[in-house]
Amino acid sequence: MASIQIEKLEKSYGHVSVLHGVDLNIEDGEFIVLVGPSGCGKSTLLRMIAGLEDVSRGEIRIAGNRVNDLHPKDRDIAMVFQSYALYPHMTVAQNMSYSLRLRKIAKEKIAAAVSAAASKLGLDPLLERRPKALSGGQRQRVAMGRAIVRQPKAFLFDEPLSNLDARLREQMRAEIKKMHGDLKATSIYVTHDQIEAMTLADRIVAMHGGVVQQVGSPLELYDRPANLFVAGFIGSPGMNFLAATYSAGSVILANGTRIALETVPALAPGESVTLGIRPEHVVVVNDGSGMQATVELVEPTGFGIILHLSLHGLPFKVFTLDRGALNYGSQISVRFPSQYLHLFDSSEERVA
Amino acid sequence: MKRSILPTIAHRLAILCYVAFALFPLFWLLKVSVTPNDLLYSEGVRLWPSRTTWDHYAFVLQHSAFPTFFKNSVIVATSTAVVVTVCASLSGYALSRFSFRAKYVIIALMLLTQMFPLVMLVAPIFKILSPLGLTNSLTGLVIVYTAFNVPFATFLMQSFFDGIPKDLEEAAMIDGATKFIAFRQIILPLTLPGIAATLGFVFTAAWSELLFALMLINGNAAATFPVGLLTFVSKFSVDFGQMMAAGIMALIPAALFFLLIQRYLVQGLTAGAVKG
Ligand SMILES: Nc1ncnc2c1ncn2[C@@H]1O[C@H](COP(=O)(O)OP(=O)(O)O)[C@@H](O)[C@H]1O
Ligand SMILES: [Mg+2]
Repeated sequence: MASIQIEKLEKSYGHVSVLHGVDLNIEDGEFIVLVGPSGCGKSTLLRMIAGLEDVSRGEIRIAGNRVNDLHPKDRDIAMVFQSYALYPHMTVAQNMSYSLRLRKIAKEKIAAAVSAAASKLGLDPLLERRPKALSGGQRQRVAMGRAIVRQPKAFLFDEPLSNLDARLREQMRAEIKKMHGDLKATSIYVTHDQIEAMTLADRIVAMHGGVVQQVGSPLELYDRPANLFVAGFIGSPGMNFLAATYSAGSVILANGTRIALETVPALAPGESVTLGIRPEHVVVVNDGSGMQATVELVEPTGFGIILHLSLHGLPFKVFTLDRGALNYGSQISVRFPSQYLHLFDSSEERVA
Repeated sequence: MKRSILPTIAHRLAILCYVAFALFPLFWLLKVSVTPNDLLYSEGVRLWPSRTTWDHYAFVLQHSAFPTFFKNSVIVATSTAVVVTVCASLSGYALSRFSFRAKYVIIALMLLTQMFPLVMLVAPIFKILSPLGLTNSLTGLVIVYTAFNVPFATFLMQSFFDGIPKDLEEAAMIDGATKFIAFRQIILPLTLPGIAATLGFVFTAAWSELLFALMLINGNAAATFPVGLLTFVSKFSVDFGQMMAAGIMALIPAALFFLLIQRYLVQGLTAGAVKG
């Protein structure tokens, strides 16, 4: 196991710049999740760490050693591909042992490592099969097995679960987390799914447009998103945003409603801001004291209900556990508890 | 569910018609090769002669230079097939996987070579090979055939390599393989159907090539079998029986060759590599 440092890392394809200076310090044994929308450069970053893409500028260090110009085979890292990339002409056992055979490890040791990994992943009865005779979930396990037999310096995962159905994805997610608890291996996991990021990560790296937006624990990103992008990306259903104007310790919404803030941000009066609040933090009140809103759509999730509201003509979502009869067109009133308010300035950075 | 049997029958019948149509010349070859000379013109058009004979075969094997032609053809076709396939595997891999500056220029040039009618090139090629002592030699033929087959074979192999996911090589490199080991242990085994197809294609092309064989070779010593067949045509007559017997025998190695490679021609070896 090893730590990984990334410094001012840039990547461009010809004139197209894909990563614009990424800095990241990954501790030994940490589980890092790179999350962001499709095309933001997550895979590119991961593949650069693996050595599959050249570094345009900047530096990557694994266990303190600069690896920029090292061939992937000499970096001693394992990777699980989104497509699994199993060798079709080899059996499951041969797939799993390939890296060890390339290293000319003794036959008995290889057999022991393969059978240990196989029993950990429940692959024992499948060892002599070819990938083509496996289900998607089994292939995914073989891909994991191929990575863990090696005990590499670090594990890289590129959206390993995105080809599985929802149930299996949930199950594998838990297994990956459990496996990380056992192996304590430095892991970098790429996903566009914020739930996967929240549930798996020690620290999340939220990326957008080739730039790291925020690095922190899942709850840090949830509680204190650094900017509008992270606020909107983390959490489901997504955070509500309302345009507002700052005015001495409170904000004034477009419709004139004044909302008091808990802390006083460093803003000039009259500055335009964006107010954010998560659907699950909005309180539905019955005494008519809050803001009036019209229910436009009701989405029961079983656990709770997502209400799509029209708040003075603006779309707005509320998540509530109250199963009361809330129907299309009915009027309700909502309140924003001040401890749950997020405030972003005109450059989209968090101010409160 | 009740399935109508009519479409199946029509389908089978269509295939049968096609096979009969395609194989009929071969049947005629066989028929003439076993027809005695005195019956060839006297019996009219019949599907099978009233009397058959192996005389033509015996004559061709014992009294003609056919065994030499045969041996020459095997040498030329096999060497060409092997050399072309090795070259085309490497160049096809390069075109499929690497990006380099002159890539599209090279592709354009290779396409260009496929556009000329070969007849135009006979004279210049003779002019080039003659001072090198490569006319009237099997080596010369192999060189010319290789040159003409490599471009197409390269495109063929490239398309096979394109069909193999890049992830597989990357996974192999991460597993600790060099680029070359990944090529040899992962990509090449998966390309066996492509290699077999290329081998077969080039072998048949070289086996039946006539133009260059005729122009670059004179005399029996280095003649290949298509040239040899022409020796059965004399100024005054064509000895059809012997010619057809030679033709039948010339089919044997090509048939054997395909029998040998047909198990690799079966597609679907890459199934299960990626996704589910
Ligand atoms: N070989 C390439 N040539 C040019 N652009 C590329 C290449 N590979 C990726 N890109 C671009 O880089 C950006 C980031 O891609 P990628 O890292 O795969 O995104 P992600 O994995 O976050 O979805 C995309 O906009 C993509 O179009
Ligand atoms: Mg990706």
